[in-house]
Amino acid sequence: MSRTRVDAIVRKEFRDYRRNRYMLVTMAIIPVIFLLQPLIYILSLPAAAAVPLSHRHELLYMLGIPALVPSVVAASSVVTERQQGTLEPVLTTPIRREEFLLAKALAPLVPAVAVSYAVYGLFVVVIELFAHPGVAPALLQGPVILAQVIFTPLLALWSIWVGIAISTRSSDIRAAQQLAVLANLPLVALSSLFAFNVIQATLGLALILGGALLVVDRLGWRVVSAMFDRERLIIGTR
Amino acid sequence: MSSTSAVAPQSKNGAPALSAHGLSKRFDDRVAFEEVSFEIGYGEVFGFLGPNGAGKTTTVRTLGTLIAPTSGSATVAGIPLAPENGVEIRRRISIMPESPGLYLRLTVAENLECFANLYEVPNPKDRIDRALRAVNLAERSGDACGALSKGLRQRVALARSLLPDPEVLFLDEPTSGLDPVATRDVHELIAGLGRSGVTIFLTTHRLEEAERLCDRVAILNTTLRTIGRPAELRDQLFAKTLAVRTLAPLAEPSRAFAELPAVEGWRQDGAGAYILAVSDPTVAAPAVTRALVSAGADVLSIAEAHHSLEDVYLELIDDTETANRGPA
Repeated sequence: MSRTRVDAIVRKEFRDYRRNRYMLVTMAIIPVIFLLQPLIYILSLPAAAAVPLSHRHELLYMLGIPALVPSVVAASSVVTERQQGTLEPVLTTPIRREEFLLAKALAPLVPAVAVSYAVYGLFVVVIELFAHPGVAPALLQGPVILAQVIFTPLLALWSIWVGIAISTRSSDIRAAQQLAVLANLPLVALSSLFAFNVIQATLGLALILGGALLVVDRLGWRVVSAMFDRERLIIGTR
Repeated sequence: MSSTSAVAPQSKNGAPALSAHGLSKRFDDRVAFEEVSFEIGYGEVFGFLGPNGAGKTTTVRTLGTLIAPTSGSATVAGIPLAPENGVEIRRRISIMPESPGLYLRLTVAENLECFANLYEVPNPKDRIDRALRAVNLAERSGDACGALSKGLRQRVALARSLLPDPEVLFLDEPTSGLDPVATRDVHELIAGLGRSGVTIFLTTHRLEEAERLCDRVAILNTTLRTIGRPAELRDQLFAKTLAVRTLAPLAEPSRAFAELPAVEGWRQDGAGAYILAVSDPTVAAPAVTRALVSAGADVLSIAEAHHSLEDVYLELIDDTETANRGPA
């Protein structure tokens, strides 16, 4: 494993993101959608709603951001290079497929986690400043915030591996992105079920889910590496 | 396959820079190339010619470890072609694909920086500067690749392939889409690389390019049709001939030519024009001149007929096409 080669691809991806308006819009629009809806709802709540709110975990709904934002970017990562003819020159260098895929995963992970944390931060500030008295303390519970912090990178990485897996098997960028969003919707649904107390969030369940995601994220790298077939990607057959 | 020089003319430590033995690649029922065998020495510029779909690019991709051969064996930069040797082989070679494949939103320097780091070259900045100077693009290093013309993109791709100082450099149609001046620059660069000891495997449609640059050429049309030095191939395929022109048709041409031991045969090619098959033009030409003068003929010209690599190519490829079409 060469850190220099991984860094080379990550740096190239960051440069490309910065100059790709479509990618920036994609990264910005999903968090805005996830931010506005709960903000409007919570800011409109009266102070009397604080007590029932303390038994719910509305903030977990925003875990949909790391579940969706990086998947769109990751889904285009390999198929775009293939369509633009840039994949072949990269694969003629000494880079190993594991290094290439790790770089492709790290590149969207960093902005996705940064955007997610920034949106949570903005959410917390707005709630503290503008929500009716009692609403903010009821909503911003320590365990929920801790869950946000821990589950954000875990969900993002899972979503990325799903996106890259789809990307290695697709020949069309838009189809890959749509499939990746569809494939990651269950994660959004799950976080919503926790947020609205359909599934009771407990410390034990959080630990189990966290552990499972850690294992899955680690396995994801191996599975996607096994799916990455240089020959099929270059020739476009099989 | 007809072959004059299938074995490399020079090698380092006795091993060729590139070798293939019965190398084949099939995609299900379709044969990309089969039973390809050759050896290429270090520092040799080797031309790989063939029509579209002949398997040239697939051969390059196979030797470049991008795709696996179906059968046969090969060594690349002295290393056996095998999946476990892929990284080691790719460290020692460089491939310039037909399509430049540049990151268009990145600048020229950023593209090269990415690849310099992928090859883990020492002092990447110096290496990038050197590669850019080699292709006369130092002034454009800050330009986005998307803003460059096709020819300039091709030169950036060539600079990229020079970054790792490869032992073996694969160039797939390197002058495709270039204007004559840029083509000349690339030719000079290839010739210079060859002189500096880089082994170059050049696939091209431009036969004059191959003839000018390559020490040896191979002609592929799924199977290898021939391999050798351009001059050897011409000699192999075409009899040596003298083209003779006289002011007036000879009264008795058979008498004039048939008595000359250096002339193996002759035919008329118009009024006062004759094509003589000879074993050695340098011996035959003075003898023919003397015979014609003594026969009272006014000689306008006697010249050795030259065949180009294009003639060789067309002869071999036409033969293949005719054979493939079968009887009408």
